[in-house]
Amino acid sequence: MKERLYLYTRFERFWHWTQALLIIFLLLTGFEMHGTISIWGYEKAYIWHVYAGFALIVLTAFGIFWHFTTGAWQHYVPVKEKISQIIHYYTRGIFYGEPHPFEKRPDQKLNPLQRVAYLFLKVILFPLQLLTAFLLLFYEWWPHLGINLNLQQVALYHTAGAFAFLFFLIVHVYLSTTGKPWYSHLKGMFLGWEEIEKN
Amino acid sequence: MVSNWCRCTSCHAGYGWKDKNFDLSQEEKIDCLVCHDTTGTYKKFPTDCGYPPLKDKVFAGKKLFKAVNLSFIAQNVGRSSRESCGKCHFFSGGGDGVKRGDTDSTLVKASRKLDVHMDAKGLNFSCATCHTTLAHQIAGRHYDTPAPGKRNLALPKDEGYRLKCESCHGARPHKPEKGLFDWRLIKLNDHTDKVACQTCHIPFYARGKPTNTYWDWSTAGRFNNGKPIVEKSPLGPPSYHTKKGTLKWGRNLVPEYFWYNGTFSYLLPGEKVEANEPITLIKPNGSPEDKESRIYPFKVHLGKQPYDPQNKLIIIPKLFGPKGSGAFWADFDWIKASRAGMAEAGLPFSGKVSFVETVQYHALSHMVAPKEDALTCASCHTRKDGRLAKIKGVYLPGRDFSPWLDRIGWLACIFAFIGVTIHGGLRIVLARKSRKED
Repeated sequence: MKERLYLYTRFERFWHWTQALLIIFLLLTGFEMHGTISIWGYEKAYIWHVYAGFALIVLTAFGIFWHFTTGAWQHYVPVKEKISQIIHYYTRGIFYGEPHPFEKRPDQKLNPLQRVAYLFLKVILFPLQLLTAFLLLFYEWWPHLGINLNLQQVALYHTAGAFAFLFFLIVHVYLSTTGKPWYSHLKGMFLGWEEIEKN
Repeated sequence: MVSNWCRCTSCHAGYGWKDKNFDLSQEEKIDCLVCHDTTGTYKKFPTDCGYPPLKDKVFAGKKLFKAVNLSFIAQNVGRSSRESCGKCHFFSGGGDGVKRGDTDSTLVKASRKLDVHMDAKGLNFSCATCHTTLAHQIAGRHYDTPAPGKRNLALPKDEGYRLKCESCHGARPHKPEKGLFDWRLIKLNDHTDKVACQTCHIPFYARGKPTNTYWDWSTAGRFNNGKPIVEKSPLGPPSYHTKKGTLKWGRNLVPEYFWYNGTFSYLLPGEKVEANEPITLIKPNGSPEDKESRIYPFKVHLGKQPYDPQNKLIIIPKLFGPKGSGAFWADFDWIKASRAGMAEAGLPFSGKVSFVETVQYHALSHMVAPKEDALTCASCHTRKDGRLAKIKGVYLPGRDFSPWLDRIGWLACIFAFIGVTIHGGLRIVLARKSRKED
C-alpha cells in the first residue's frame, strides 16, 4: 500500500538544489585551484570560487532562518532507535527486497543514520569549510585580529573539508537512488511529494 | 676596475682616476658635464682615465672621437636626461645592455610595451623621475645597504624619496577603474606582502637589446694565424672574442626568483673562497621569515673566471694596459695579467691560475611592462614549472598540497565510488533474480 506525502516545501527544495549546485561548483573551482583539474584557469576558478562561496553563505543564512522558524532543525536531533536495523537493511535487506525499517513521515523525514550524517555536515563540516575559507580569504587581516595560524595548515584543513564534501556527495547521490522505484526520492526532492510504502 | 683604471674610469666617474691613489673626495675631480650636458656632444675618450678628448683622437684604430667643445657644452648645461644617464648606465659591462638585462639604449626612445613609465609618447619619465636626488645624492636601489628601506609612501614632503614602486603606487596598488570594489584586485593587492611589484610586472627581461648571460674567460686569448678572433652570435654580439672569451646572450628571458630584502652580499676582493662551484659573487639577501623580504626577479649571470687555487682567491686580472705591462689584452698571458692585477690590488698571488665557475644575481627593476603584459595567476599558481616553483617558505595555492592528504582524500572518494557501484550492481542483479524466482 502506498501513501502520497508532501515532505519538502518549496523553500526547502529551492535551498537543497541551489546548495547542491553551489557545492558542486565550489568543488570544481576549488579542485582547479588545488591543481587537480583544469577547466576555467586559475584566475576564473579563484574569483568564481569566492563568488560561489558568498552565494552559499547567503543561502545558508536563509536556510538557518528557515530551519529555526519552521522548527525543521528538529529533524537533525540524533535518535538511537532502529540504527542496527537500518544498518542491516543497507547491508542485506535492500538486496532481497525487504522493506525499509524506517518510515518517512512529515514530522520525521530523516532516518536515524541520516540525522547523524546531516548533523555532522551542518555542525562540523559546513562551519569548518566556512571558517577556513574566511581565514584563507582574509589572511592579510590575521595580524590585526591577533590570529596566529599557519596558512598551510588552514589550507590543508580546507582541502580535507573539500574531500569530505566530495565523499558525502558520492554517497548521498547514490543513496538517493535507493527508493522504490529507484527515482522516488529524487522525484520527491524535485516535486515535494513522495510516494511512501506503508508497512 | 683595480689595475684597469684608465679604461674603466671612462664611466666609473671622475677626472683622472688613473690609479688606486685617486681621492674620491676631491670635488674638482667630479665630472659635472657627464650628467648635465644637454647637447649630446660631450663624450669621454674610452681609455683616458675619465677625461674627454680635447683634440680629435682615434680609439682602437677605428672610431674617431672629436674634440669636445667645452664652452659650448658649458653654456648648455641642464637637467640630466635618459641620454646623459644612459651614456654609462645603458652600456655597463662593456656594451649596450650587456650587464643588467633591464637597462639599455632602447630606453632612450622607449615604447609603452618596453617600459610603461618611460614611454616616450606617454608618461615619458626620465631616470631622475624615480631616481630622485637630494643635493646630488641620487636615490639608488641596490648599492646602498639597505636600499629600499621602509615602505614609505611619497607624500609631497617626501620629495627626493620616490624610488620605490610603492612610493607612488602605495602598498595596495591595484585600484578598480570603475566602482569601488573588485574582488580580483583585492586579492592581487594581498600579494604585496610577499611578492615585489617587479615579479609580475617585469615578466621578461632583456626585452630591448640582448644581454650577456654567460662569460667564460678561460677561452680568451686564442688567435687565428696571429689574428684575433671575433665570432658573431645569432643575436648580434660576439659568441667568441679573443679578448673576452666565450660569451652567451639572451633576449626576452625569464627571470629567476629569490627572497630579497633590498640588500646584497658581495664576495669582496681578497676574501678567501673554496672552489666549490659555482662561486657566488653577488647574491641577494632575504628569507621568507624576514618581513622586509619580497619574492623578487633576478637576472642570473654565469661565468668562468681566473682563480688562484693556492690562495683560494678570485683573481683580479690586469686587462688593460700597454704591451709588456702584463695586461691580458696586450700580452694575452693569464699568469702575467694575474700577477700584475693582484699586485696592484695589494693581494697575494701564488703564480697558479685555474678557472672556476661563478654566478652573480642582478635585481631587475627597469623595463616595467604595461599591465596587460603582466604575469597572470597561473604563471605561479600551477603544479608544474611555475615561475615560483623553487620559492620556499610560503604556501602557494595551486602549487602546494599535501601528498598524504590528497592520497587519503582520493582513496576515500574512490572507495566510496567503488562501494556504491558494487552496492548498486548487487541491487540490480539480486532484484532481477528475485523477480525471476517470483
